[in-house]
Amino acid sequence: MKTTPTTNKRERGTKMKTFQKAMILGTGLLLAACSSPDRFGDSTVDLNGTGANSGVIAGSASDPTSPAYFSQTVGDRVLFPVDQHTLTSTAQQTLNGQAQWLLRNTDYDALIEGHADEQGTREYNLALGARRANSVQEYLISQGVPSTRLKVISYGKERPIEICSEESCYAQNRRSVTVISAGAGV
Amino acid sequence: MMYRMMTLALACLVAFQAPALQAQDGPLRLEIKEGVIEPMPFAVPDFVPESGAAEELSRNIARVVAADLSGTGLFREISQDAFISRVTSFSSPVQFADWKAINAQALVTGAVAVDGTGRVTAKFRVWDVFAGQELGSGLQFVGTVDGWRRIAHKVADQVYSRITGEGGYFDSRVVFVSETGPKDNRAKRLSIMDYDGANLKYLTDSSSIVLAPRFSPTGDRVLYTSYESGFPRVYVLDVASVSRRLLESQDGTMSFAPRFSPDGRTVVYSLIQGGNTDIYTMDIATGASQRLTNAPSIETAPSFSPDGRQIVFESDRSGTNQIYVMNAQGGEARRISGGTGQYGTPVWSPRGDYIAFTKQSKGRFHIGVMRVNGEEERLLTASFLDEGPTWSPNGRVIMFTRETQGAQGQSRLWSVDITGRNLRQVQTPGGASDPSWSPLQ
Repeated sequence: MKTTPTTNKRERGTKMKTFQKAMILGTGLLLAACSSPDRFGDSTVDLNGTGANSGVIAGSASDPTSPAYFSQTVGDRVLFPVDQHTLTSTAQQTLNGQAQWLLRNTDYDALIEGHADEQGTREYNLALGARRANSVQEYLISQGVPSTRLKVISYGKERPIEICSEESCYAQNRRSVTVISAGAGV
Repeated sequence: MMYRMMTLALACLVAFQAPALQAQDGPLRLEIKEGVIEPMPFAVPDFVPESGAAEELSRNIARVVAADLSGTGLFREISQDAFISRVTSFSSPVQFADWKAINAQALVTGAVAVDGTGRVTAKFRVWDVFAGQELGSGLQFVGTVDGWRRIAHKVADQVYSRITGEGGYFDSRVVFVSETGPKDNRAKRLSIMDYDGANLKYLTDSSSIVLAPRFSPTGDRVLYTSYESGFPRVYVLDVASVSRRLLESQDGTMSFAPRFSPDGRTVVYSLIQGGNTDIYTMDIATGASQRLTNAPSIETAPSFSPDGRQIVFESDRSGTNQIYVMNAQGGEARRISGGTGQYGTPVWSPRGDYIAFTKQSKGRFHIGVMRVNGEEERLLTASFLDEGPTWSPNGRVIMFTRETQGAQGQSRLWSVDITGRNLRQVQTPGGASDPSWSPLQ
């Protein structure tokens, strides 16, 4: 099984491209029709019945049922203070939104990634990342999300998103990221 | 596997008569101890080729012997340009006066022959120049042309051991993680090489994150953590066949930080369940596991004592990361680290006399050693990020990961003496982390 760590820039890039293509497809439907049919290759987007009239493009960040909406509008990550795994009030607000989204969109499951900054040994950071992911998982469960839909993984300090060796970067790296995936039942 | 095929024979050269010279003083001896020491000057003339095909090998072997000895920081090679005597025959008497004149306290002479089947025979003698006599007696090693570096390392181990009275560490390997790519998209591959960086080989591709490989007590297997299943899990890899197998696959858990027991039959590791990290052991053959710690705190980085009776590990049960020792069956643990700062990744020395560790204090990282009761703590290094010590087979040298600061930061392997001397970078083709030193082969 290959789980997708969304913090991987390459993969994020690929996804973004897909969304961009979807946007282009949606807003320029007629234009697309005039172009070569192969132009958009594999980005098949079914616009029927998903509110083409309302301007909401299925699968895009403007579609509240899409994983893109989850990561961009609800907010897929929460940050932690140094060596901590307790949830700040800001983190709890984000997680309330995540829980609501997950309860509305039952076709999706979530993988919660726990990350640490580079200060600390590899082993300790793996354990710390697991604590952070678990804090998020427990909070989402407390908000009614079934535990069967949530998995956790720790990346320790292996997947920073910011690469400077300063607190401004460390603060962004001490995070949990909730990655949405198609549910087991789909 | 090259190393498997190579038969390395060791035989006394009884045919050679030791010179009938009496020692004037005590025998040549270098004691490795605290304080500043003056490296002992030595000379290694090119070995004498005793067959046509041995010309290059006899030079190369002598060079590697000299590099091994110099690399310890305990010896200083005298340049061949300074030599007065030439050694053209292995059996000719040594011109001690010529070597004394250039202050070579130790002299290593040797000869190399290659037979028609590619079998290499290297013989050597170690001389105490100022006493005018041989140190120990002549030995020969037999190997293959491809394995010539191992022959050289074996010779150097003998020389080191005769002069210091301690075991060597040159005929050994290091398994580690090769790193490429930027910090936020780093690719990692399990890799193996000789202790000096030669003969590098990759054991995995870079499709999954791999972490912290650890050699078995005989060097035949490697434990490591891989994300190949999607989650961090412990694998065991057979070095000769490069085949691997998942060790711990309990659903909903993650496992990491594995190490072998001294008998190679048990793995001690960390298992994460419900966000909590504890220490377990597993019998490799049966897969039966046993939980050794049961606390809401983080318990990780376990390492067996050489007699297999105790385990040293790190825990944040006191509120900061500290080092603890417990019985190999679990139970009550006693804290041994006492200073300020955070302690992690303790590793028991193969001699049983010290525990090496990573220490984080005031924004800096250190590699240090302490006695097994926590006394005599000594920090050997300091940098932005030093971590993950591993012991040389003789317990005299520590290799570790040093990562540089900033967006362009990169990891490299470094080594340092347990006295804190001779800090040097280990040669790797690119980024490298998480070294584990094999036993002597």
